[in-house]
Amino acid sequence: MERAIVLAASAIGAGIAMIAGIGPGIGQGYAAGQGAAAVGRNPGAKGNIVSTMLLGQAVAETTGLYGFAVAIILLYANPLLGKL
Amino acid sequence: MYQGMAAVSGSFAKMGMLRASQDVDFGITGYQEYTLFGQKLYFTTTHISIIIVMLALIIFAVIANRKIKKADPNKVPGTFLNIVEYMVQAIDDLTLTNMGTKHGAKFSNYIGTIFIFILLSNISGLFGLRPPTADYGTTLALALITFVMIHYNGFKYQKASHVTNLFKPLLLTPINIIGEIATPISMSLRLFGNILSGTVMMGLIYGLLPKIITLVWPGFLHAYFDVFSGAIQTYVFCMLTMVFISNTFEED
Repeated sequence: MERAIVLAASAIGAGIAMIAGIGPGIGQGYAAGQGAAAVGRNPGAKGNIVSTMLLGQAVAETTGLYGFAVAIILLYANPLLGKL
Repeated sequence: MYQGMAAVSGSFAKMGMLRASQDVDFGITGYQEYTLFGQKLYFTTTHISIIIVMLALIIFAVIANRKIKKADPNKVPGTFLNIVEYMVQAIDDLTLTNMGTKHGAKFSNYIGTIFIFILLSNISGLFGLRPPTADYGTTLALALITFVMIHYNGFKYQKASHVTNLFKPLLLTPINIIGEIATPISMSLRLFGNILSGTVMMGLIYGLLPKIITLVWPGFLHAYFDVFSGAIQTYVFCMLTMVFISNTFEED
């Protein structure tokens, strides 16, 4: 019974941890919008703008991946079961 | 309630709409157990796929080396040699533009090596392997190499000011130290998380959906998760390595 409760709570916690995906979504969308505006203003620099935008988006994604790592650990490594 | 849910999913399974949860497999399996310094260790899936990737790279390197040694400088190079020359030139251009013409040439060997290795590891999911970079051991090792290179070059070019820069605004000393330590952790977790999320999603698609759908639909997902995301993450890892190392060149 306790085991079931811990497993259920871990699953709920994994779901809540993935709320962290909101932030990178907003950030990447904003970066892509600004990139599109920059290409519209200066189409000649498209290559540089796209590579800078992708680098920035990948760095902005890090916080979301921290949430993903927490969710994966809660689901598959089950650290809380050892505390019973 | 619980039995009702079980009955529903059971009937789905009977209709072939949903396959059993035992079919979902994206984890790491330990095949051979051995002990080293009193620790129980395993020879895992990651080792096998990393050996296959390294064999492919070694064979490619040996063939390219032989072709270049045999090449006649007065003739037009063939297709294979042209591709190799293009790769070398592209990596040289990348390092020279990002690290400056003064120091850049020294690092093009290392950047080229990790670029080809990470790229091949990331797209090895296309060939049915579990990508080696979806294991935290691999990415942490790569990031620790970068960490050592950053501080080696920092001491080489900035001497003692590499340490005293940490205390520059005295109030921000803890944040500076944490920032230095966070560099390899964030680099390794970025690569690991991206590739692992692709692997988990492909595993769920292959394991849960009916066989007929898995013949067609994952092609698009492979194109996104393995090729596009893998190439982007390779570029980002090499780019961040170059940026962090070239930050230490400024002497002040």
